[in-house]
Amino acid sequence: MTPEDETSDLRKEDLRKEDHRKEGLRNEIDRLISNGVAQSAATRMDALWRREPTLATAAFLAPRIDKLRERLDLTTLRVAILRSFTLEPVVPLLRAAAFCFRLNPEAHVGDYNAYMQEILDRNSSLYSFNPQVAILALRTADIAPELWNDYSTLAPADVPAVMERVCGHLEQAVAAFRERSMAAFILSTLEQPPRAAFGALDSQMETSQSDAIQTLNREIRRMARQQTGVYVLDYDALVACHGRLLWQDERKLFSVGLPIAAHQLVHVANELLRLLVPLSGRIAKALVVDLDNTLWGGVIGEDGMTGIKLGADYPGVAYQMLQKAMLDLSRRGILLAICSKNNPGDAVEVLEKHPGMLLRPADFSAIRINWNEKAQGLREIAAELSIGVDSIAFLDDNPFEREQVRSALPEVLVLDLPEDPMQYAAVVRDCAAFERLTLSGEDRQRSAFYAEQRKRAQVEHNFQSKEDFFRYLQQEVEVAPVRPSTLARVSQLTQKTNQFNLTTRRYSEQQLAAMAGTPGCQVLAMRVMDRFGDHGLVGVAVTIDTQDLCEIEAFLLSCRVIGRSVETALLSQVSKSALARGCRRLAGWFLPTKKNAPAKDFFCRSGFECQLQNGEGSRWVLDLQTQPIVCPDWIQLHTSNGEDS
Amino acid sequence: MTTILDHVRQVASDIFAVPVVNIGADSSADTIEAWDSMQHLNLVLAIEEKFDVHFSPEEIERMRNLGIIAAILETKTSA
Repeated sequence: MTPEDETSDLRKEDLRKEDHRKEGLRNEIDRLISNGVAQSAATRMDALWRREPTLATAAFLAPRIDKLRERLDLTTLRVAILRSFTLEPVVPLLRAAAFCFRLNPEAHVGDYNAYMQEILDRNSSLYSFNPQVAILALRTADIAPELWNDYSTLAPADVPAVMERVCGHLEQAVAAFRERSMAAFILSTLEQPPRAAFGALDSQMETSQSDAIQTLNREIRRMARQQTGVYVLDYDALVACHGRLLWQDERKLFSVGLPIAAHQLVHVANELLRLLVPLSGRIAKALVVDLDNTLWGGVIGEDGMTGIKLGADYPGVAYQMLQKAMLDLSRRGILLAICSKNNPGDAVEVLEKHPGMLLRPADFSAIRINWNEKAQGLREIAAELSIGVDSIAFLDDNPFEREQVRSALPEVLVLDLPEDPMQYAAVVRDCAAFERLTLSGEDRQRSAFYAEQRKRAQVEHNFQSKEDFFRYLQQEVEVAPVRPSTLARVSQLTQKTNQFNLTTRRYSEQQLAAMAGTPGCQVLAMRVMDRFGDHGLVGVAVTIDTQDLCEIEAFLLSCRVIGRSVETALLSQVSKSALARGCRRLAGWFLPTKKNAPAKDFFCRSGFECQLQNGEGSRWVLDLQTQPIVCPDWIQLHTSNGEDS
Repeated sequence: MTTILDHVRQVASDIFAVPVVNIGADSSADTIEAWDSMQHLNLVLAIEEKFDVHFSPEEIERMRNLGIIAAILETKTSA
């Protein structure tokens, strides 16, 4: 037997063992599904995908996701894929990867290279599909062949005209789509060829090929910045990240129109997911981390301050890289928290004093260091931060702890850590649940908001009555119509607010902008401040007038200000402005969900009368002339006309 | 002993949603209903990914049944 044969046999043996394990998991999944244990089946399906995120696994999972979709809390997202090349094999990969976020994309793949007709024709299958998201996936070779293969024959003087044509083409696509649909629109950047037509000379040229494509990509980003609801999938960066030469499969490109090698397709699905997850709202609002062997190397209780690995050099740098990634997340508005099993004194000493720590106690919005079960700690952290347990992502090096959390709290997103700590930071940076597509002032300051919140909670129990506490807070409320500068935050509030939310209607920025411009329709945003600081924009009311009836379409309050009586201030402004427009009645629905119990009594305690009740919810009406809503006297209410200053 | 054919059968079972026991070397587009040209591409891609190989259009053309696919793979993985 030659050494090669031996290696080959070993490899076959590995494959065989691997296959047995996977076949076991596949059988287990089918058994759980047929026994009707949907949640456990889903957890095992996640495990199978994490173990082998491949085309075969995706094909196995697709029909099983269909079987479970009714029995799990999946968010459906209709995604139209407009393309100039074969992308169908990505669809099952996208579904399998999205399933881990309990997201179920329904994909509609447009006809091969027919995207422009589909966008322009109001009767095309694109619009009858009624997408929530559309992506335009174009190859440089298709949209700008002169900038790809034919660059050496292109006269330098003709380059600007080509660029103008391509930009105009994309601008036309975006504008036409926007006229016909409210869906989010994703443009993809144009890929650079692996080698420039002029080779090394390209960089010396006035009209460099690489420059020309980069300029087009800058224009694509500009289009996204300038229009609401337009986003960018950076395809060129994705290809570069995985290696241009490894990315392509030219034989398949010229035989079946598929330019991407089989083992790279999963990366396309994951990259698209980075946009779909934040668009769907199935995001993680907080990252809860373990300490020993996660935030630093070693065990503080055994290794001590000088023994743990944490610093600017290898191997401690792995943990600094993770901490840096976490700091980046917190600047995106994601809260950080700790849930670890340690003696609190040991752990806090590291947090406060270790010179290698990039994160300090103030960077964490909640801290649980004790010997309780982690699931318990996570529940407490969710309650303290006023977020759902399903908005938590959990990072722990210990597989046992991860499995325990998965089985006790299946709604928590549990991230797996690889053996090598140098890869930890990438796990955090790659997770789509931490992606955001807009960043409001509120997001940047989120952890500061929570620090102020802790101060409020500390003084609250010093007061005999709620009213005394409210007076002490000196709350000021500002209510104004939505404006361009607040559009993103208002949309984000409608997407993310689950608890104090009367109707749980979600609105995209485009929808809100359209509504704000419709006569008889009001979109009001509320900002709340008090002696401890500024809560930012934390309330939204959407109303539509029909003759003398003002209908509340949406009314919601960020969890940060629940229980502060500011909802009454917002309602008083809604009723005052309705009266001023000549309305006599204010009405609205309370549509119950699993999570909006905090809003359940709102209409009743505000004096509304229940008019009817059905399977969907209850309808409430208030006579504005006999029962005006009064703003509590401990709140100072300011109104403004909504002009951006 | 698991053979290359067994791995191919497992992948085909995933792609065509047919139990692996109902799949053999002579399984083809004639015996498996779901095996159309798009699923043929999906099968080829899934096998390329699993075995870390690339097939030429000529090889893909020749893949009339799973036995042939396993034979082509055999020449690639032993080389």
